Amino acid sequence: MCRKIMVTVQYFGVFKEILGVAKEEIDYKHCKNTVVLLAYLRKRSAVWSDTLAEEKIFRLVVNNQIIYKNVDLKNGDEIGILPPVTGG
Amino acid sequence: MITISLDDRPFNKFYQEKLFKSKLDEYGAIVSFTGIVRRHDTIVPLEHLYIEYYPQLTEQEIYRIVIDAKKRWKLKSVLVIHRVGQIFPNEEIIFIAVASLHRTEAFQAAEFIMDYLKTEAPFWKKEYLQNGTSRWVEAKTSDQLKKNFWSMHKWQ
Repeated sequence: MCRKIMVTVQYFGVFKEILGVAKEEIDYKHCKNTVVLLAYLRKRSAVWSDTLAEEKIFRLVVNNQIIYKNVDLKNGDEIGILPPVTGG
Repeated sequence: MITISLDDRPFNKFYQEKLFKSKLDEYGAIVSFTGIVRRHDTIVPLEHLYIEYYPQLTEQEIYRIVIDAKKRWKLKSVLVIHRVGQIFPNEEIIFIAVASLHRTEAFQAAEFIMDYLKTEAPFWKKEYLQNGTSRWVEAKTSDQLKKNFWSMHKWQ
């Protein structure tokens, strides 16, 4: 039996409420890299495609590193999707 | 020396500043900034704030901002304390202290660190109002503009 390859995706701030999920595991076939992952998420519904639209401001984090270009993902990777920050 | 602390309980800034000072050897200026939660920032008064953060990444990003400040100015020591979780009006939300030999470096670096922290450190505020409603705070364009100022100026 072969084990499913998964990545964990965590949503923060207002994204958790708009998208209705705080954390989930996604099958690797939908997330070979961050571009594929975003395309998969945007296809879920109008809310997802609007919230994560290319022109919207959000940040992607892979294993605690903010990324600025497409990154290949592997089993067990932890991804964060971050709305604009409001600290201080 | 760089000290970063994310705290889910109120902190005593006087004690923190004293501790900060006690660890310094030679210095000529300390500039500190304290941010306080406002009750009347909204039409309906605030009941409390909730601050979410990204464990590890948030500390990492603050550290990176302080390192950037240390590349611009000669700093002896920097302390950043930021509250997380539930926080009430009039409580301190952030405290930063910057020590240097002369005042100009400390003043400028303290402002630089605050401006970058407001726009880059992963914190998200949610306001719980006294009428029972709640909402996530939106990022301000004015904060972004303040940060952009530093990319145009490199003072020493």
